[in-house]
Amino acid sequence: MASTYEPIATTTLGSAASSITFSSISSAYTDLRIVLTAAGSASEQVYIQFNGDTGTNYSQTYLQGNGGTAESLRQTSVAYIFAGYMADSAYGSSMRGLTTINIFSYAGSTNKTTLSEGNNDTNGQGLVSRHVGLWRNTSAITSVKLYPSTGNFTTGTTATLYGILKA
Amino acid sequence: MASTYTLIASNVLSSTAATVTFSSIPSTYTDLVLRYSARDNSASNQNNIGFTFNNNTGSTTYSYNYLLGTSTTTNVARSPAGGDTRMLGAFYDGNNATANTFGSGEIYIPNYTGTTKKPVSVFGVSENNTTTNFSAVIGIVAELADITSAVSSIELFPNNTASFVSGSSFYLYGISKS
Repeated sequence: MASTYEPIATTTLGSAASSITFSSISSAYTDLRIVLTAAGSASEQVYIQFNGDTGTNYSQTYLQGNGGTAESLRQTSVAYIFAGYMADSAYGSSMRGLTTINIFSYAGSTNKTTLSEGNNDTNGQGLVSRHVGLWRNTSAITSVKLYPSTGNFTTGTTATLYGILKA
Repeated sequence: MASTYTLIASNVLSSTAATVTFSSIPSTYTDLVLRYSARDNSASNQNNIGFTFNNNTGSTTYSYNYLLGTSTTTNVARSPAGGDTRMLGAFYDGNNATANTFGSGEIYIPNYTGTTKKPVSVFGVSENNTTTNFSAVIGIVAELADITSAVSSIELFPNNTASFVSGSSFYLYGISKS
């Protein structure tokens, strides 16, 4: 039986890096999923871009809570999808946040929708969030760049890309 | 190709149980996913699952922050200052919920064999056709387990003195990155 949920690639940083990119992504799957455990040197926000597109072709709506306040927020015509939260390394080198990103029908001919979650708790700080994102481009996704809103991913940050097959 | 998403163990209750434990978890996977469908015998419409790793119930081992939708309001909160003895937030139905109704959810544990602290994602829901606020809940929770050894066991229990009822089911999967 063909595997339905296949690991495509994985990256674990041996040193700090400004981004992690998965490129040359096969069009053979139906959906993509990325699991990122990360810490940032200067920020907690994880951004993504597709196919090297740095234009203001992205938007998102998200729901988040920080332990004291619940918010629903929106960004339109920006240069990234805000996918979720990670730990800020200022709270300890062993801290990690978890961001998972689902990209539906990534090889199809319609605009691309993402559903992602951010999970960051550093015992007194942090946020939990759910995001829906849109890339206004009908091309198949062949590369995904993940990066912090500012600064670098720290050493030990791990990202794994999975392909999901519908048949 | 070896399977990426593998069922490690399951537990479908045929009688009430105060605790459900997955032990001797192999270290051969990358991430763990625990999915449940649960109900307990508490005098409430909804409850949430407490859970621990490696039987560690230290008072500052776990922390969390959660965001809930409770029918007419949102609710946010954080674990007690300094931490807690367990993780929380996987909601399901209590004994006062609509009969034959079980809440469900998922607990995702990435890099469970790693040597860093363990972030955990939880999504849990209870829904039972009620208009009473906080009688049905959708919850998302970011958790942190201050445990830098591999997770080899997971203990789940109702967040009070209740017991899971017969028919509650728990499935533990391993995900491999290669």
